[in-house]
Amino acid sequence: MAMKLNINGKQVSVAAEPGTPLLWVLRDELDMTGTKFGCGVASCGACTVHVDGEPVRSCSTYVDDLEGTEITTIEGVNGPAAQAVQTAWREMDVVQCGYCQSGQIMSAVNLLATNAKPTDQDIDDAMAGNACRCATYHRIRAAIHRASDIMEA
Amino acid sequence: MTIQTTRRTLLKGAAATSMALVIGMRADGSFAAASGVAHMNPFVSISDDGVVHVILKHFEMGQGTTTGLATLVAEELDADWNRVAIHFAPADNERYKNLFFGAQGTGGSTAMANSYMQYRQAAAAARAVLVQAAAEAWNVPASEISITASMLKAGNNRAHLGEMAAKAATLTAPENPSVKDPSDFRLIGLDHLPRKDSHLKTTGLATFALDVKLPGMVYAVLLRSPRFGGKLTSFDASGANSVPGFIGAKALPTGGAIAVYGKNTWAAIQARDAITADWDFSAAENRSTDELADYHRSLLDAPQFEAVEGADRAATEAAVAAADTVIEAELNFPFLAHAPMEPLNCVIEPTENGIRVHDGCQFPGAVKPTLAHILELDPANVEIRTVFAGGSFGRRATTNADYQAEAALAFALLGRKTPVKVVWTREDDIKGGYYRPMFAHRVKVGLKDGRIAAWDHRVAGKPIIKGTPFESLVMKPGSQVDATSVEGVNDSHYAIPAMSVGLSDAETPVPVLWWRSVGHTHTAFAMETVVDQVAEALGKDPVAYRLELLSGGDKDQKRLAEVLKLAAEKAGWGKPAAGRHQGIAVHKSFSTYVAEVVEISVTDGAVKVEKVTCAVDCGTAVNPDVIRAQMEGGIGYGLGHVMRNQITMTDGEVDQFNFPDYEPLRITDMPAVEVHIVASSEAPTGVGEPGVPPVGPALANAIYAATGTRVTQLPMTENGIAFA
Repeated sequence: MAMKLNINGKQVSVAAEPGTPLLWVLRDELDMTGTKFGCGVASCGACTVHVDGEPVRSCSTYVDDLEGTEITTIEGVNGPAAQAVQTAWREMDVVQCGYCQSGQIMSAVNLLATNAKPTDQDIDDAMAGNACRCATYHRIRAAIHRASDIMEA
Repeated sequence: MTIQTTRRTLLKGAAATSMALVIGMRADGSFAAASGVAHMNPFVSISDDGVVHVILKHFEMGQGTTTGLATLVAEELDADWNRVAIHFAPADNERYKNLFFGAQGTGGSTAMANSYMQYRQAAAAARAVLVQAAAEAWNVPASEISITASMLKAGNNRAHLGEMAAKAATLTAPENPSVKDPSDFRLIGLDHLPRKDSHLKTTGLATFALDVKLPGMVYAVLLRSPRFGGKLTSFDASGANSVPGFIGAKALPTGGAIAVYGKNTWAAIQARDAITADWDFSAAENRSTDELADYHRSLLDAPQFEAVEGADRAATEAAVAAADTVIEAELNFPFLAHAPMEPLNCVIEPTENGIRVHDGCQFPGAVKPTLAHILELDPANVEIRTVFAGGSFGRRATTNADYQAEAALAFALLGRKTPVKVVWTREDDIKGGYYRPMFAHRVKVGLKDGRIAAWDHRVAGKPIIKGTPFESLVMKPGSQVDATSVEGVNDSHYAIPAMSVGLSDAETPVPVLWWRSVGHTHTAFAMETVVDQVAEALGKDPVAYRLELLSGGDKDQKRLAEVLKLAAEKAGWGKPAAGRHQGIAVHKSFSTYVAEVVEISVTDGAVKVEKVTCAVDCGTAVNPDVIRAQMEGGIGYGLGHVMRNQITMTDGEVDQFNFPDYEPLRITDMPAVEVHIVASSEAPTGVGEPGVPPVGPALANAIYAATGTRVTQLPMTENGIAFA
């Protein structure tokens, strides 16, 4: 079935069966591989994208529900919060294996876009669904505070 | 895995290629005349734009090798860090072998340790001919030439490295290039040198094997036996015919799985769900976890092998029997999955005479010959393209190249003309075996006259390396002891008289594997919780008592004592804030010494890990920020598993399915972590694994301090511990 999706500000046509997770359309059909497959059951957050600005797990979001929405992936995420997060992530060298970091960044960008000065508790609440097996959490927390400072400056 | 070596492989410098300078080492490890170009082993090349290219013989799973090996080269070349590029080496056991293994591979926290002199010497040899080229071009003595940020300078002459590369490539590199004196280090030891992989990994641009897509590629998932060791008897794929994108299903010749092919990953996953299969479980593991645990404990009654050279078990038992007091502990450790974030996967495509493998490849030295054997190819025609690995923790380093071999079979069954990507789902990963083995320990420590008189330690578990092609790495000739089962106990540096370590090998079809810090995952827990019990029985402070056991004056004891004192001092040992409780542990693994103090609070019976203070001595600290990151990560990895992770089985079938019931450590669980690095001029040692072993016992000791409960059953939730 053919459908039109708005991804990173562009209209794209995709042929996919109803019930296909957005994740696999992004990765296998559209070659947008920055969004990662980690668990397939919305439990790890590696596949996090924004739909109408809200973080969603693309492994458990179906393409046929997405026509008329604005989808943003790590390849297209932009704006002050995104820039601050990516800058802070590099300044603090958060990444290790890096596989979960697209999802971490998408969640962090949404947090800062809606709460410019998050507390540790706010960070824990927003990021608890994003697993990192390298356990970079210590630096994720620090980098979100740093990104907040960058946005304020 | 403990790998010791005194081997020094020296540099063979020589020049080659017209546009790029390539410096390397002879495969036989000797220096030779420049004519030996065919045997060169390139680590460094320089393009005419002045970019220094570092060829990485080790893969990157997050542990920081891309940064670490590049640091060594940039240091010796005085290169501009921003103009240093990284490339993963092809599979080549001669040129790119791990000097400790004798084959190409990453593991055992050896990447920096085995590369430290090799990469520095390679870069120093490159520097020597670049300087010589400039000296000839400018007609000045080489001694007047300096390099700063990739710029060669002498008087008013200036050139970037690329401008001299072509000329340098025609020169013969010195046989024994001198490397920098550590006092001249500019990058090695710098508190924070930006990681080489940060930009790629914060933009989604880093390529992992799962991201590889080739024209005409088919996707496959495998339907495996639900019990380890089961054999396929029949299957019915007709249900998959209605799945859009389903291509077909074929049984692997191993009898262990069915390859299910689809036009995309989702189609393959959907099709697999619609296929039914029958299995013969007569040779499979059919036991449940309780039976397996009882079996392991029963093996402790009569150890098969003695793991302490020259130990007299009977005398040890007699000394324990004659003691004033006996401390006893029986500890049980579950199977554990590695669960790296990137589920396993592998892409294989046909080439003219063979195949090209796209893989986050940890052991090219095992994968290449294994795939050549399976596909009956000349190994020279098996090309491996290593890409970033989304974690491993040991899982990607199987001695039988398990997942790459499956991919090769799936590729062959499809006719060898079509690129195939085999993808594991998370369920495949959690249920797929190659676990940290289940282990049981039984310890009896006899105390007499206020001291340890004898230590009777018994260990039972399935050996990891015994019986594999890798066994000569860890087993002494004639010995039946797989060192990975007992490392961390039988080589304890505590002054313990009459120590005996009895080992029994458990038998089970469950495939087992090293898992971040290997045997130390359980041995450190046993040693460091029992030592705490001994200290308590003797009425001594846990830190003071450990220092007593480490006062013999040998180098290991001194280094252990130093990290112990440092961690205790930085953590404010013995003076926790109100409502906080502390526990400590110290352990040597992979030639690195780590002590950790865990501080917890307990609210309404629930434990919260508040802070971990870590002290590490890993010799020369090449990249201090990478070392801190590895300690932070090792602490987190260790914590999550000792708190709540286990793989259990009912009638041989794994109970867990995915992250919801193999719950990873979350940001909400992560304590504050403080890492202190001991200043050292010793050779660098590993940091990928040694952060893991102390955290479990330190937490257990803190829990005892807070609640009076001794943790003997892991995960701790099985011991009745609740976490906030």
